[in-house]
Amino acid sequence: MMRAVATAALAALSLAAPAKATDQQSFEQVQRGRYLTTMGDCVACHTAPGGKPFAGGLTIATPFGNLLSPNITPDAATGIGAFSDDQFVNAVQNGIGSRGQRLYPALPYPYYHKMNRTDVLAIRAYLNTLDPVSNAVEPNQLPFPFNIRMSLLFWNLINFDRTPLTDDPDQSPQWNRGRYIVEGPAHCGACHTPKTWLGGDDNSQALKGAVLQGWFAPDITPDARKGIGGWSEDELVAYLKTGVIARSSASGPMAEVVVNSTSKLADADLRAVAIYLKGLKPGTSQSSRPPSADDPHMLAGKAIYKDSCAACHREEGDGIANLFPRLKGSSLVQSDDPTTLIRMVLEGSRAAATDARPTGAAMPSFAWRFSDGQVADLVTYIRNGWGNSASSVSASAVKDVRGGNGPDPVKAGQVR
Amino acid sequence: MSNYALTRRYFLGSTTLTFLFGGVTAAGARTISGQPPWTAFTANPPTPELGNGLLFFIPSEFNTVDAIVARLIPADELGPGAREAGCATFIDRQLAGSFGTFQRFYMQPPFANGTPQQGPQSANIPHVIYRTGLAALDAYCRATYAGKAFIALEAAQQDAVLQAMEKGQAKFEGAVPAQQFFAMLLQNTREGFFADPLYGGNRDMIGWKLVGFPGTRYDYRDHVSKHNQPYPLPPVSIFGRPDWQVKG
Amino acid sequence: MARKLPSKDVVIIGLGWTGAILANELADAGLDVVAIERGPWRDTAESFNVGYAPDELRFAIRLDLFLRPAQETLTFRNNLNQTALPIRQFGSFLPGDGVGGAGVHWNGQNWRYHPTDFRLRSHLTERYGAAAIPDDLTIQDWGVTYDELEPFFDRFEKIAGISGKAGNLKGAIQPGGNPFEGPRSDEYPLPPMQMTYAPTLFAEAARSVGYHPFPTPSANASAAYTNPLGLSMAPCTYCGFCERFGCANYSKASPQVNVLPVLMRKSNFEARTDCEVLKINLDGSGKRATGVTYVDTSGEEWEQPGDLVICCAFSLFNVRMLLLSGIGKPYDPATNEGVVGRNYSYQTNSSVQMFFDNKTFNPFIASGALGQSADDFNGDNFDHTGLGFIGGAGMNCVPTNGRPIQTRPVPPGTPNWGSAWKKATKESYSSAFSMTSQGSSYTTRGNYIDLDPTYKDRFGRPLMRMTFDFPDNDIRMSSYVNDKLLTIAKAMNPRQIVANKTGRPYSVVPYSSTHNVGGAIMGADPKTSVLNKYLQSWDVPNVFVMGASAYPQNAGYNPTGTVGALAYWAAHAIRTQYLKNPGPLVQA
Repeated sequence: MMRAVATAALAALSLAAPAKATDQQSFEQVQRGRYLTTMGDCVACHTAPGGKPFAGGLTIATPFGNLLSPNITPDAATGIGAFSDDQFVNAVQNGIGSRGQRLYPALPYPYYHKMNRTDVLAIRAYLNTLDPVSNAVEPNQLPFPFNIRMSLLFWNLINFDRTPLTDDPDQSPQWNRGRYIVEGPAHCGACHTPKTWLGGDDNSQALKGAVLQGWFAPDITPDARKGIGGWSEDELVAYLKTGVIARSSASGPMAEVVVNSTSKLADADLRAVAIYLKGLKPGTSQSSRPPSADDPHMLAGKAIYKDSCAACHREEGDGIANLFPRLKGSSLVQSDDPTTLIRMVLEGSRAAATDARPTGAAMPSFAWRFSDGQVADLVTYIRNGWGNSASSVSASAVKDVRGGNGPDPVKAGQVR
Repeated sequence: MSNYALTRRYFLGSTTLTFLFGGVTAAGARTISGQPPWTAFTANPPTPELGNGLLFFIPSEFNTVDAIVARLIPADELGPGAREAGCATFIDRQLAGSFGTFQRFYMQPPFANGTPQQGPQSANIPHVIYRTGLAALDAYCRATYAGKAFIALEAAQQDAVLQAMEKGQAKFEGAVPAQQFFAMLLQNTREGFFADPLYGGNRDMIGWKLVGFPGTRYDYRDHVSKHNQPYPLPPVSIFGRPDWQVKG
Repeated sequence: MARKLPSKDVVIIGLGWTGAILANELADAGLDVVAIERGPWRDTAESFNVGYAPDELRFAIRLDLFLRPAQETLTFRNNLNQTALPIRQFGSFLPGDGVGGAGVHWNGQNWRYHPTDFRLRSHLTERYGAAAIPDDLTIQDWGVTYDELEPFFDRFEKIAGISGKAGNLKGAIQPGGNPFEGPRSDEYPLPPMQMTYAPTLFAEAARSVGYHPFPTPSANASAAYTNPLGLSMAPCTYCGFCERFGCANYSKASPQVNVLPVLMRKSNFEARTDCEVLKINLDGSGKRATGVTYVDTSGEEWEQPGDLVICCAFSLFNVRMLLLSGIGKPYDPATNEGVVGRNYSYQTNSSVQMFFDNKTFNPFIASGALGQSADDFNGDNFDHTGLGFIGGAGMNCVPTNGRPIQTRPVPPGTPNWGSAWKKATKESYSSAFSMTSQGSSYTTRGNYIDLDPTYKDRFGRPLMRMTFDFPDNDIRMSSYVNDKLLTIAKAMNPRQIVANKTGRPYSVVPYSSTHNVGGAIMGADPKTSVLNKYLQSWDVPNVFVMGASAYPQNAGYNPTGTVGALAYWAAHAIRTQYLKNPGPLVQA
């Protein structure tokens, strides 16, 4: 009995050993790892509400069921303290767990596969400097058959592009750096690239906008109408740095990305991202057939806009710099998928608050005020006013977004 | 299917809202730090007073109040009045709410008579003022006009009764002086005529249309410098205006 | 028994303008700060949603954003011979509640008090001789000068994004501004707002009779603005829903818009809402505060220890907090001894109403501080020799709204109801407007605040008792300036002019002003003041008291601009002097 205890203690000691290895890591490597951890916004997924940073346990809802994010503090028993460097790299870049099990690509390893090993190990070095937190998490909460990890082998075959990223000599170093950030650690496509039926990235539509968790992450290719075609490099950099520029405010999930990640990145890296995104091939805009200005839905929407929205966003949709986003010419507004726009009208929104732009202006919720039809008419008007052009929105689309959330709307017609 | 991938925390940003010291029971305090709290759908909107039923009055009381408001703000050549605006319904709804019991006011004893400058000192809450006042009004009318109730009187007679109440000449039985009742009736009728229609009065925004108040419009930048020119747009209520509905 | 919490460096009572300013300045100095606020959290999108913010019944009549008298009120009498009775419904003044305090529901007129206001007794004595000051007035100097406060006026104006036109830049008189104002180190951060019709007529008329009108300094932003903390304001939309309302579009300066988003980002600050402080606790010596005791919504009592306690409640409630906590000697009008509650004063207002034919003023196109003012008869800007009074009033044409439950002028003699009332209401709604004179209010021995012997609040603590009436001096002053308003009115040639002069006795029923000041006044002498020139308690040096309770008497201006300046002044003294050597900053 005594012997068993002694063995266990010894085992614990040896397990704890890799965490000590951080002492040997260089200052530069740890600083670089911290920067890359910020760039990857690892803390966002690896922290539960109210929990310790990086200690995991956040529920990640997928159409197949729930996953819980693992503990990535250097705790030997419940975190990554016992991982060898190779095990860590294999998990992050190949989706292979420390016990050889296949990880679900909620961990965006297809992106991290594009990173170089030095950078991945720098992240490891930084994580090793954190306080170990004991927090046992069973990531896999999926129901059968998705809980069978072997299915991931098949998934990987289809969805996992293992082509290494090599610099394109025909492009500038900035462009190459931007591509590395976007396709690697920042994993922009995880949100902005549409998914195939299997949940993998549809690379033919890379960065052309996708719905995720009830938000539409807009097209970030240089499409003139729906994308960033009209944005200058400076605007892109300022947006990522501050979250709030005249033409747009980061809100919803992007607000958090800006607050936790992009606002803390070096200006040179943000500039590289902007150069890379501006150099992408624009998506082919679907020709939408905008409703005519005298369409009854447009007229109702215009009246609602004038009475409810113009005080902030202004009659011509110009907005107010730093506070109220410009709607005229907005790519988000003109996206093929109006989900985010509908959502903002119904539930309201808070813009990113950063050191540069600390206001964090909030859009009020209007779910209580407008019927589904009125939101549809309003959004249709905004999508087609002042030279904007996008498809009409139906009341049923609003109903879908509203779901059971929020108070029931009062039918305005009932109050005379 | 397209949702399968990364998801992010999205609830309170980095605001921390904690109840003080979990483990200690019944701590009602809220501690806020990190950033101003914000949650989706959070709003504190008013509840529209829809529906036809009465919430406080019995029908005979309602009919009397309806007849009174019709004299206080009559329908005439300038347009509809307080009856058409639904002011009696407005008063019924107000009495059913926190106003009806003066819930927000300091109503601790002792109640003493003071100077006019010391403000209202009556222990009467609106429930009592209306219920007792209406009963006393009925008794007063029947005693003065050969058994007729207020609603059975000619318009000129009704005006005479109201004037007598206003001036304190009508002596009411019970704890509610006629003047106190009249003052509250007049105040509530005006409120109902000019308050947002969601509260049951100002139907079709007729009170606002009478004076030309554009209601809840929140932006006059395009008219601020147009001195001495009437404002051209129709009023808007909290729940909109007819143009918010699709035509045809 | 109160349960004890971990100690903080600074405990702030109330999270309005002064609470937010002090918290932000002291958190910047690295201190661990908690603000305890008895009302709810309030913020723009949720609390002042543009869809329901413009609701006159809810906010202006039922007073949704204000303190409920059921929660706390005060008793009132005009003089010592009366028995005070509770103010059961607030009327002549409306105390705020909740995060942002009065900074949420104010109109936004933002003034600097005049240099002579700060040394009132000395100035008047120098100019007219001591005999010119009526015997019954207890006016005195503030102990701080305009020149000392100037950088802090400037700071607050930049934080709050004030719109206006300087009239005196470093001594040089500027065209278009107020030529009577004290010298400013800088222009206003924003230009004046666009002018509506009524103030435009007022300005023309005032000029025609030889006065010097200028745009009223306004905390309603004339243009988009970003303040020194990086916080943004949007341009005012002239919606006419300022006073009694929160602003839905970040246009009216408030703690929510201009300070709190930055303060909340600081990890060494936390706000505790829906918690009402019962008293400031003192140690056995009575010379040192140990923290505060407060009660939460569940009725649970908590003790929050702290090294520094800063009272940032509304002016009246600061005075009551000191009385309930036993800090400073209560004032006794019989003996003229004691200080806490002494020198309560108010604002002496009168107005002139004008009815026109064939004019359309669109009164709903307005903002709380949009208008024109003239200072020719304010303070000591005019020679008082032989006038029989001291003090003065600003002449203001600031039509704040056209909300029809409240703003519905009719000519005198109109019946209160019926078709004649309806006709007059319709005709006058858009063709009438008012000018006001906002006058100084000078203190007397009999106007004061103490604790009521009879009435209690919901926790069983005595209500405070206000004893107040207008001194004869102020009635004479107000009448004089009202006559000047009449000359301006006549120059506009309206169909009918109605003068509404202030008379005695003062009544708590009709709304007049929420500029309740004094009771915990600052000064140079602990025998006649509660606070030293840094707003520090003479008796308990680790207690500071912000707000207009520090005003020894009131001037003819809205108090907020000076409240803001004093808050920055005190914060600066705490940061640069007190923290290095905690103790009295002025030796008694």
